[in-house]
Amino acid sequence: MKAEKDLLKIKKEKDSVTKQKLLKIIESIYDQFSREQIPQLLIPTRTKSNIEFNEESEVWVYGDRESARSCKTVRGAYSLLKSSYTIEFLKKQLDESRSSTLRELYYISEGWKLAKFREQPESDRMIEDLEIITELQRENFHVRPEENGATIFGPIRIKENVERRGQVSERVIHCVDDVGEGGYQIPYNVDNLDFVEHDAKFIIAIETGGMRDRLIENGFDTDYDTIIVHLKGQPARSTRRLLKRMNERLKLPVVVFTDGDPWSYRIFASVAYGSIKSAHMSEYLATPAAQFIGVRPSDIVNYDLPTDKLSDQDVRALQSELTDPRFATDFWKEEINLQLELKRKSEQQAFASRGLDYVTDVYLPERLTDLGIV
Amino acid sequence: MAENIAEKLAQKQREISIAEFFEKNRHILGFDSSTRSLITSVKEGVDNALDACEESGVLPDILIEIKKVDKDNYRVIIEDNGPGIVKEQIPRVFGKLLYGSRFHALKQSRGQQGIGISAVVLYAQLTSGRPTAVYSKTGKDEDAHYYELVINTQTNEPEILMERVVPWDRPHGTRIEVEVEGTYVRARKQSIYGYAKSTAIVNPHARLTLVEPNGDTEVFERVTEILPIEPCEILPHPEGIELGTLIKMLRYTERRRLTSFLTNEFGRIGQKTAKEICAKAGIDPDVNPSDLSRDQAKRLLEAFKTVKIIAPSTECLSPITEELIRKGLEKEYDVDFIATTTRDASVHTGNPFIVEAGIAYGGSLPKEERIDILRFANRVPLLYQQGGCASTHAVEKINWRNYELLQPGGSGIPQGPIVVLTHVASTNVPFTSESKEAIADIPEIVDEIELAVRDVARGLKNYLAKQKILAKRKEKEEIIERVLPKLAEKVSEIKGAPQPDIQPIVAKIMGNVLVQKTTEQNDAACTVTIRIKNFSESLKEFKLHEVSSVEIEDSTPKPRVSSFDGSFDNMWKVSIKPKSEKKVRYKVKSEESANTSPLVEGILAEMVTGANALPKKRTSE
Repeated sequence: MKAEKDLLKIKKEKDSVTKQKLLKIIESIYDQFSREQIPQLLIPTRTKSNIEFNEESEVWVYGDRESARSCKTVRGAYSLLKSSYTIEFLKKQLDESRSSTLRELYYISEGWKLAKFREQPESDRMIEDLEIITELQRENFHVRPEENGATIFGPIRIKENVERRGQVSERVIHCVDDVGEGGYQIPYNVDNLDFVEHDAKFIIAIETGGMRDRLIENGFDTDYDTIIVHLKGQPARSTRRLLKRMNERLKLPVVVFTDGDPWSYRIFASVAYGSIKSAHMSEYLATPAAQFIGVRPSDIVNYDLPTDKLSDQDVRALQSELTDPRFATDFWKEEINLQLELKRKSEQQAFASRGLDYVTDVYLPERLTDLGIV
Repeated sequence: MAENIAEKLAQKQREISIAEFFEKNRHILGFDSSTRSLITSVKEGVDNALDACEESGVLPDILIEIKKVDKDNYRVIIEDNGPGIVKEQIPRVFGKLLYGSRFHALKQSRGQQGIGISAVVLYAQLTSGRPTAVYSKTGKDEDAHYYELVINTQTNEPEILMERVVPWDRPHGTRIEVEVEGTYVRARKQSIYGYAKSTAIVNPHARLTLVEPNGDTEVFERVTEILPIEPCEILPHPEGIELGTLIKMLRYTERRRLTSFLTNEFGRIGQKTAKEICAKAGIDPDVNPSDLSRDQAKRLLEAFKTVKIIAPSTECLSPITEELIRKGLEKEYDVDFIATTTRDASVHTGNPFIVEAGIAYGGSLPKEERIDILRFANRVPLLYQQGGCASTHAVEKINWRNYELLQPGGSGIPQGPIVVLTHVASTNVPFTSESKEAIADIPEIVDEIELAVRDVARGLKNYLAKQKILAKRKEKEEIIERVLPKLAEKVSEIKGAPQPDIQPIVAKIMGNVLVQKTTEQNDAACTVTIRIKNFSESLKEFKLHEVSSVEIEDSTPKPRVSSFDGSFDNMWKVSIKPKSEKKVRYKVKSEESANTSPLVEGILAEMVTGANALPKKRTSE
């Protein structure tokens, strides 16, 4: 009981720090009014031209360039108004120890008249802006994303700490024995998870559900003592955070297995280097030790994979990656240029053309040996 | 041998009738495709009708009716309320090529050579095998004459198939009916509908009624009751006259002295100029003109170029005028902005000409198509050969990107919600061909068209710039009137603090002069401070007034005080540089006076924030 009380007390303190940081933004606007300055908020520019490599944490974070949201323009003025309404809402939510989803926040703004968000991406960005200014995370605001359904499956036992109506409870789950074939669904706040024990040698993060199911059906997890994480496309923050925590705490290597197209390389980049949109949290989310297994453009040649033609959008995305500082390595330059030359792309499931076991019996073992993991 | 062949050839050599020539070369006259032939038939008829009405001072009321006869043939009916044609002339006007009243006259008219309508008659008999029917009546009490006629192509003479007096309810006018081969289209600019619409724009004094083959009737109503000024005939201008013409004139003149020849046979040459010309050419001014040698004629021609001769009279021209082009565009297009211009007259090869232009922008015009160029010559729409026309070339030379239009490559016809209208009026419009669809690239004409189009384009540019400023001002107003007050309210509410005064920020955003009045109550008196800050970019000078019911005290600086109706007007002259600040401070023993808004005088209301601006100078002094 005492531990529970302490936990609640710590939470209250954390909430009060969050509120103060949010109110500082309001103070700043108010002060600018008093000092007869046109109110503005400065936020780091969130484009690929303003991300830089942090030597210490080995991830990509925002650089020094800042953009101003200023009342000089209609857009800026509305942005400030929306910020103040959002902060007012978050403050009330923290006062009442409640929480809401990003989507709920968007709907709540319906009643804000002039400050109403036009679409959910706008309110999502607002929360990101506030994270960047306060140097906090949306969890601190009691704002959470929708569950996105990403899962883990493998020899690990974890402990959940769940809070509901002011009651905290624990639950211990083994991610093979205690879950169905679907695996353990990653919750939105993975910092509430503790790792109890594990028998794994490495973690494999997979882009598509089809390939994840293939590995499980073929018993890849038991044959290689691996934890299989399903990324489900561009991974949610919680998935990336979980990968990072497992990598750091359990010292388990992480490999990423995706399709062989520009969008998939961005999935890997957001896992390993940090994403452009949330570079303010790269140190918290990115796993710099993560390695890319494939599908590499050179695999298309080496394994003679069935391919599709690159679309115009694909080509543009590849060209954009050539100027993306995160991909400015010899490996990526060679691979991307090769793909532009081939004008082809391949999916991970293309290995099925060599038989259903080929990927688990031949390709992955070969690549894992290359990377020095088995 | 050679002589024999020449003899043989001589047997075959004979005169070719002009009618025979055109029978073989009808494309030259605009009868090439079946679509165009139908349009040309209508066009020639309407041109004649308009010319006839205007010459006799009648507001044109013209009926155009197209009826489908069979698969390929249409019956074209053009009826006007003009003066009619006297009985004896009817056969030759319609049944003889190169017969007309305007060929020899130096004045602006639609038709010129007397080819147009008789070519239609010829085209009709060639394609449908049917004669042309003509009704004409010259007055209320006159008979209406009806003719059916064809052209004898060998002799270029009319052949009358029927001739009689018929009852006709019109007081006067002419009606022509021809049956021709053709194709009727509607959808595009190159159509009879398009022709009628264009004609209506530049002839706002005419009412056109179009009855289409499907029975649809469209009336293009007139928007003015005033006829264009009737152009008068002028004498030829010496500039640009050709040697052969000059020699011909010298030989056949009735004048016996060169100076008299020059002053009487040419326009714009007086006694003084005539003598100057003779001196320059080194010819005795009293010599008989018919005695001049070719060489002397040539020297005379040279002298025309070096002696300063005033530009030809423009009385022979009848521009549409800026106002009527505007009205014409207004009635046929739904747009946001129209600019029009009529330029001063210029001269090309001795012929005076005037260029007019109009531009219509926005409204329901398509944004993503190439702009429409409506070309006119002597009030006649030019529908074909757009690419080969001087008007088009002038438009293409302009950089339309300055007007926020798409213009790939920086030249050529741009894309955007614009209609450009060009009108060239001249005693002699130089067409590239006899079908009169494109104006030739005479440098003087291209330059004038370009200047005219640039002129109206400048008008458009100013309009767009104003719209931009308005939009910006509107945007700023949205910030200061809607968003800022709400933001100030919200942040003070969250902070739990009193609302800040947003006026200084409003003044800053608008670039205005801020007049901020604060009062402090202490015991019996109020201390009033008026802070003036100039957020604009320029020095501002104005008068600041505070009206009080009692005299104010301890004022720094001192105001000029005048009293009226028991009140006091305290006035300070303010001169304030950009970004600087001044203060006026005083005490007053009346709360009421302390709480009124300050007044300013001599500065525009929209340049001030926090004070009421007086519209005019006060008379109380």
